[in-house]
Amino acid sequence: MAKVSLTIDNQKVVVEEGTTIFQAAKGVGIEIPHLCHREDMLPTSACRLCVVEVDGARNLVASCSYPVSNNMVVRTNTERVIKARRLIIELLLSDHPFDCMTCEKSGACDLERYAYELGVPTTRFQGEKHAYPLDETNPFFVRDYNKCILCGRCVAACNEVQFVEAINFAHRGFNTKVATPYDRSLLDSTCLFCGQCVAACPVGALTEKSRRFQGREWEFRKVSTVCPYCGVGCNIELDIKDNRIVRVNAPANGVVNQGRLCVKGKFGLDFVHSPERLTTPLIRDGERGDGKFKEASWEEALDLVAKRLSELKNRSGADSLAILSSAKCTTEENYLMQKLARAVLGTNNIDHCARLCHASTVTALSAAFGSAAMTNSIAELRDADCIFIIGSNTSENHPIIALEIMEGVRHGKTKLIVADPRKVRMVDYAHLWLRQKPGTDVALINGMLHIIIAENLYDADFVQARTEGFEELREAIAEYPPSIVSQITGIPVDNLYQAARLYAQSPKACILFAMGITQHTTGTDNILALANLAMLTGHLGRESTGVSPLRGQNNVQGACDVGALPDLFPGYESVTDEVSQGKFEQAWGVSLPDTPGLTVVEMIHKAVAGQVKGMYIMGEDPVLSDPNNTLVVRALKNLDFLVVQDIFLNETAKFADVVLPGVSFAEKDGTFTNTERRIQRVNKSIKPIGDSKPDWQIISELASRLGYTMTYNHPAEIMEEIASLTPIYGGVHYDRLNQQGLQWPCRNRDDPGTKYLHKGRFTRGLGKFHATPYREPFELPDEDYPFILTTGRILYHWHGGTLSRHSPGLAEIRPEAEVEINPQDAEMLCCSDGDLVELASRRGEILVKVKVTDKSPQGVAFMTFHFKEAPVNRLTIDALDPVAKIPEFKVCSVKINPATSQE
Amino acid sequence: MVISNDIDLSLLDPVLEKYQFEEGALIPILQETQQVYGYLPEEVLVHLSREVRVPLSQIYAVVTFYSQFYLTPRGRNIIRVCRGTACYVRGGRSVLRTVEGFLGIREGNTTADYKFTLETVACLGACAMGPVVVINGKYFGKMTSTRAKIVLKAI
Ligand code: SF4
Ligand code: SF4
Ligand code: SF4
Ligand code: FES
Ligand code: FES
Repeated sequence: MAKVSLTIDNQKVVVEEGTTIFQAAKGVGIEIPHLCHREDMLPTSACRLCVVEVDGARNLVASCSYPVSNNMVVRTNTERVIKARRLIIELLLSDHPFDCMTCEKSGACDLERYAYELGVPTTRFQGEKHAYPLDETNPFFVRDYNKCILCGRCVAACNEVQFVEAINFAHRGFNTKVATPYDRSLLDSTCLFCGQCVAACPVGALTEKSRRFQGREWEFRKVSTVCPYCGVGCNIELDIKDNRIVRVNAPANGVVNQGRLCVKGKFGLDFVHSPERLTTPLIRDGERGDGKFKEASWEEALDLVAKRLSELKNRSGADSLAILSSAKCTTEENYLMQKLARAVLGTNNIDHCARLCHASTVTALSAAFGSAAMTNSIAELRDADCIFIIGSNTSENHPIIALEIMEGVRHGKTKLIVADPRKVRMVDYAHLWLRQKPGTDVALINGMLHIIIAENLYDADFVQARTEGFEELREAIAEYPPSIVSQITGIPVDNLYQAARLYAQSPKACILFAMGITQHTTGTDNILALANLAMLTGHLGRESTGVSPLRGQNNVQGACDVGALPDLFPGYESVTDEVSQGKFEQAWGVSLPDTPGLTVVEMIHKAVAGQVKGMYIMGEDPVLSDPNNTLVVRALKNLDFLVVQDIFLNETAKFADVVLPGVSFAEKDGTFTNTERRIQRVNKSIKPIGDSKPDWQIISELASRLGYTMTYNHPAEIMEEIASLTPIYGGVHYDRLNQQGLQWPCRNRDDPGTKYLHKGRFTRGLGKFHATPYREPFELPDEDYPFILTTGRILYHWHGGTLSRHSPGLAEIRPEAEVEINPQDAEMLCCSDGDLVELASRRGEILVKVKVTDKSPQGVAFMTFHFKEAPVNRLTIDALDPVAKIPEFKVCSVKINPATSQE
Repeated sequence: MVISNDIDLSLLDPVLEKYQFEEGALIPILQETQQVYGYLPEEVLVHLSREVRVPLSQIYAVVTFYSQFYLTPRGRNIIRVCRGTACYVRGGRSVLRTVEGFLGIREGNTTADYKFTLETVACLGACAMGPVVVINGKYFGKMTSTRAKIVLKAI
């Protein structure tokens, strides 16, 4: 790009053509006053406070939008400029309440700041003033129209940053205001309550409810950390006063989310201060399952746990014990938990919820590529020419990743293909929507492979140089011509061709998938088929390509990385591999069990059978999150001893013998590894609530009581141990974990980490094609159970709701469960929005309210598992993928009846 | 706000077809839509928003910015009384009061039976004839309260 040279306040400046005067001035340290402009948005030129003098120009120009030109002479601070700025401030003040003494924004308000800096104490203009009522209708923030200076930043934030387009300027003249269509409450608009508008407002017109009357701007202590909800791992900054989180912000330079958040991160972290937090250890007092407990000291509780676990081990063997670790906890804690299982208790019976979400990803991608993680990084998505999303409701479950995709689509760069039986929001951004029947993904992908080979659209060089097994694949997919695939999937033949061509012919194409792909009895095959697709077309090992599983939990990646899995040590080394075993035995100073342990669902089955007698469950709620929960409850009741460690008394904890109060992300140090393999620091922000303790301390103390001394003073020391034993974390040390974090593999101190995997070579050497014949889902609709039930999540809640339902705002905006059904089905069943129905499968039944929506295809009912009052996992099936042992949460059959008899 | 519950969205098809490939044609589309329905019903705007892929918030912004657009149904007869200075001082004010009284509505409103909508306008450029009232596009000059009543009764 051409360079332009100009003079700003007598300084020579050379910048790129197209730069604005504002940016050029900023580059040399001159900050021009501004109200409406923000660097992450297009200029609106609404306020004109940024005016400057340009030699030769008759009028003052708005520097935020005015481009530089050669030999331009700019003055930013002349008397004329200052006079103009004062006038602007005075005019703004003429219709602005003089409220600074009680305004929450005071101290961080731009209007206040410029009035002060320009010396404008009051206004000469006594015009008409607005007297709007305060808009307090939504649970998260308040809008005070009287303080609005109509700068338009909130509108730009909503439209250009979050792509929601809920608000705009409406009406004209004196009546102009920021409004939703028909001036309704944001609750009745498309608003998703991301709070981007609140963060963008330069004055006190938009204010988080959580911070009202909680302190002034200058009283807050700020701590940078990571959002604890989803696998995106957004960078957040907590404002703290008196050991309370008062507000959450996203720093503009956050490497993952660049200042953006979703409603959970922005407004959902107040679960930390819920009065229902566990504050002291509890010991069961009464029958198991009654939920009656008495308070206990840490000494008492830990002694009891150690005693009972040792007894069971001595009596029935180490494998009668099983541990569920937690993808919500830090990587260090998961490392300790698996060490507790293997080195202290002597069993490989450790697993965690990854089994229920991405176990099939691990088996499939390990087999095809040799490592199972998101191949590429989030920030590469906006440069992809084609993105193929299959089985991911991205905008609700990975909201910030969805924004990265929308960025590319909006700017005309990316063509988006969405394959989903449900009309999810991403469909609105898609060039092509493939509405496959639930459970027919393998057929769909095989069909695309077939077309790509038939039309010779594949990357023969890549296949030749970097893969094996192509001939077998070619033979296997011969059975999937478009006509047959169309019959199986319900997708028109034309669309199959379009999708195959678009994906194959785009220079850079990536595949994103999530639980819509993994949670099937064919989960492993689904992902192997996707790996075939990427290898066949050479869309791997380069930027903006790859096969990227979107991991659900904030730290499910980290928990897997450090071996909270029954068959794998930290670093994905097999427990049956003698070399690995030797390494860990030496490091831990004990001999280790060498047979793979039980997976989540197997633990439950063995507990029912009486073979697993003691369980230690940390930060999970299998009663709500595991399939066929009647069986889970039976299993828990059948145990001899159950210890649950959590921050709330969740549904599972009600069956515990001992409950240990852990702490939330805000009360401890550690790391989370996000879905793009980025290891990020979690920083302790407040003191533990009540008598609760960081989970890593609890595990250490318990280990010591069990006769294996753990003396870590800080999680940093645990990370040193992880680094020394786990090659992919080899270069990870706390002193290196700055704002960027580190993406594994990061093998030594000098290794900057890895942005995308499989460059030049797959982890396993050659990529391997696998034939993946189509198999039907385990349970299909029939006369008795005519509907397919599919399950998932919504934007506003998290998993079993342990956290999100303890956030008052989130609980208020989505208070109860709904089953979504198609309008035609609703008509046939004679029910409408809000009607109570009984939803029943072969395993149980629940009562739930109906929501009629064309999001659901005919014959398919959708429900979330967030609500314990309507636990959908009473209905789901515990049929497993034969390899990955992941249950089929996405397809089972149900019947729907009006709930008449129940009152 | 929307009173009619049987709005035929298919009436919009020709308009959409006509502007199918044009970018930034929102204002002409809205104008023609208003011609079809007489005003801009909410269902129609929601439908339009989906079809032309313009967010409803932006459509609402445009519709409320220009006075030519109506979000509520209008009467079959549009009465516009001039509020310009020339007309006003020559008795326009009492003509307006008379008309308001006769129709039983304030300016800017529509009668319950949708027979009349009463609006005021700034100078119509016919000051010499003032006070001026325009009824369904037809100009009536030298208006008095009595004449106004006679004209209105005749509709
Ligand atoms: S909260 Fe988010 S979606 Fe709602 S109006 Fe503000 S920016 Fe838009
Ligand atoms: S609410 Fe705030 S951001 Fe939005 S226009 Fe008003 S002053 Fe600007
Ligand atoms: S996208 Fe995920 S990590 Fe980011 S704020 Fe939302 S829940 Fe938190
Ligand atoms: S900051 Fe430039 S016009 Fe507002
Ligand atoms: S003032 Fe009424 S027509 Fe000019």
